[in-house]
Amino acid sequence: MSEIVSKHTVSVLVDNEPGVLARVIGLISGRGYNIDSLTVAEVDAEKHISRITIVAPGTEQTVNKMISQLQRIVPVKRAANVTFEKQGIEREMALVKIVSTGEKRLESMRLSDVFRARVIDTTHDSFVFELNGSPRKIDAFIDLMKPLGLSEVSRTGVVAIARGTEKM
Amino acid sequence: MVNIQMTGAQMVLKAFEDHQVDTIFGYPGGAVLPIYDELAKERDTNQPIRHYLVRHEQGASHSAEGYARSSGKVGVMLVTSGPGVTNAVTGLTDAMMDSIPIVCISGQVPTHLIGTDAFQECDAVGITRPCTKHNWLVKDINDLSRILHEAFYVASSGRPGPVLVDIPKDIQFQTGTYIGPETVKHKSYRPKLKANIDQIDDALKLIADAEKPIFYTGGGVINSGNAAVQLLREFIRLTGFPITSTLQGLGAYPGDDSQFIGMLGMHGTYEANMAMNKCDLMINIGARFDDRITGKIDEFSPNSKKIHIDIDPSSINKIVKVDVPLIGDVAHVLEDSIKLWKSKVYKINKSPLKEWWKTIDKWKEKDSLKYTSDKNIIKPQHAIQRLYELTKDKDVFVTTEVGQHQMWAAQYYKFNKPNRWITSGGLGTMGFGLPAAIGAQVAHPDKLVIDIAGEASILMCIQEMSTAIQHKLPVKIFIINNQYMGMVRQWQELLHDKRYSHSYTDALPDFVKLAEAYGAKGIRVQKPNELDKAINEMIEYDGPVIFDCVVEQNENVFPMIPSGKAHNEMLLGDETVKEEISDEGKVLV
Repeated sequence: MSEIVSKHTVSVLVDNEPGVLARVIGLISGRGYNIDSLTVAEVDAEKHISRITIVAPGTEQTVNKMISQLQRIVPVKRAANVTFEKQGIEREMALVKIVSTGEKRLESMRLSDVFRARVIDTTHDSFVFELNGSPRKIDAFIDLMKPLGLSEVSRTGVVAIARGTEKM
Repeated sequence: MVNIQMTGAQMVLKAFEDHQVDTIFGYPGGAVLPIYDELAKERDTNQPIRHYLVRHEQGASHSAEGYARSSGKVGVMLVTSGPGVTNAVTGLTDAMMDSIPIVCISGQVPTHLIGTDAFQECDAVGITRPCTKHNWLVKDINDLSRILHEAFYVASSGRPGPVLVDIPKDIQFQTGTYIGPETVKHKSYRPKLKANIDQIDDALKLIADAEKPIFYTGGGVINSGNAAVQLLREFIRLTGFPITSTLQGLGAYPGDDSQFIGMLGMHGTYEANMAMNKCDLMINIGARFDDRITGKIDEFSPNSKKIHIDIDPSSINKIVKVDVPLIGDVAHVLEDSIKLWKSKVYKINKSPLKEWWKTIDKWKEKDSLKYTSDKNIIKPQHAIQRLYELTKDKDVFVTTEVGQHQMWAAQYYKFNKPNRWITSGGLGTMGFGLPAAIGAQVAHPDKLVIDIAGEASILMCIQEMSTAIQHKLPVKIFIINNQYMGMVRQWQELLHDKRYSHSYTDALPDFVKLAEAYGAKGIRVQKPNELDKAINEMIEYDGPVIFDCVVEQNENVFPMIPSGKAHNEMLLGDETVKEEISDEGKVLV
């Protein structure tokens, strides 16, 4: 098995009941795994099923072990590695605040256009951009904004789903 | 079943009744008083619940385990909030590691005080989350009966395990609707019992083609129940293959049968470990490739195909990659396997199997469990062998503490029936044996129950002697007394240049007087020629006995696979310990 440490995206379907997030997170931290990002929301209001998406660094082997452990949790219905490289689609949203004036302000506006970011709030010397895309795209946007007055970033964390007809 | 109104405390007892619970282990306290009050009111009814008052909640948890492990039923315990729960944590973790069904009911401070750091408040569900299969905090009286039924269901189905239901005191007093167990169904937890039949067929083809096969069976067979044990025996005899067992699996297949080649793993027999290393087909039934079994993982059975039967899908490919996974209950999978084997008229590969047995017999000639006897001092192995010889005609339940004595018991005491061998394997809990023996004795009042102990371990839950006396439970505690934490001493000898750091106990109690102080019988033996008579005296005594068997202090457990080594690199005795253990090996436990 590969010993290379890379980012893995793990989707977990759970019964939405009290404590379930604590169970999942507690297991991950308790067994010494790290988490880069985490998103959670109910995805089936009738059956009360939530979907948790975890981005965690690790080797193929450690992530598989983590998934095995997650599957032992009673309210966990499914857990799977849905990493981009494994035919998964990953999206994230970010709110990015830029505080600048003059040429920098104009440049940030031009770049936001290239990234298809939307302006959702503005004053004479600030913008808040809304940006969707792969985590890599958001990273790139934030990097470009740094010299242009980047003030604050809020990111949702990754959500992911498998391509094609395949269902979790 | 009519839905009836009752208090939370009454619901707990009603749920016990509905789940055929007649025995619980517990310790009262402020936050469970309403439930204890119901126990008092119930005392005069026809079939009161038998409550065994322990002396420490850890004792309650291990007793519930001993009860469950020896009977196959769910073990039930009742503890109060705060320290009641935290004291139970060791036993819950122990049950988690060895997959033992336990339902723990804990009291909690009233709901309006939760989060205020109230007296004897602790975050019970938070603390026990990683050491239970599942747990619940009951916040509404009308959820209580459902949660109690779910608790019994989750504890006992699939891969069994401990669960905890935390009930605030105000909920115990409130009145609500009790729903019967038949109407409650867990919304999502449905473990798969039957394996895919095509995969079973794939496995049978491998079995039919195998030239050097071995069965490697574990606690899952025993957890699956008596049917699984019978089917296992049938299947093993049908194939004529050799079988080895993990520590937890001992007794599922008769220990004195010729196809059984002994326990495997760190202190397993030479033939079992060599067979695991050299086999071309490994059939794992209800075991989990634990690190005590595999040794160095890269060199674990390098040339074999592997079949793995397990009810827990997460066990599959977790440590060792297998060729044919069969996810299901052992009894169901074996039943289907035997049926299919017979209907497809599969035949085993006879002549290579004969050669394989010859190779195994050659390994057997090493006689890896041999030791040198001594006329003047009792060898621990000899003590356990004599205990076995003098008790083997009875239906004996043996529990152990953890350490050298535990390994010697596993090596020299032969078990022919399941549930007779009760030991803390996964967690390795010193202090387990005495309360577990109490639980086993409660489940089997007329049977001989022996805790094979070490003098260090026994002191960790010695207070439970008082429980044994109060409830007239004639458990026998057979202490292999070498004055050392023997396994710690052995590792210090082999890995740390004989620097015996704090592994010698300088001020042991006089175990005979200690027994007498509790109101039990004490026996001390120091000479090999007095051993048999004293063991018989212990067996015949009607009441608890502490047997202080003073043994050779420097004896080590062999064979031993040193940490970080492969199966074929076993140490067979002191004389074979030559090369130093690598630094990589030292960090392993």
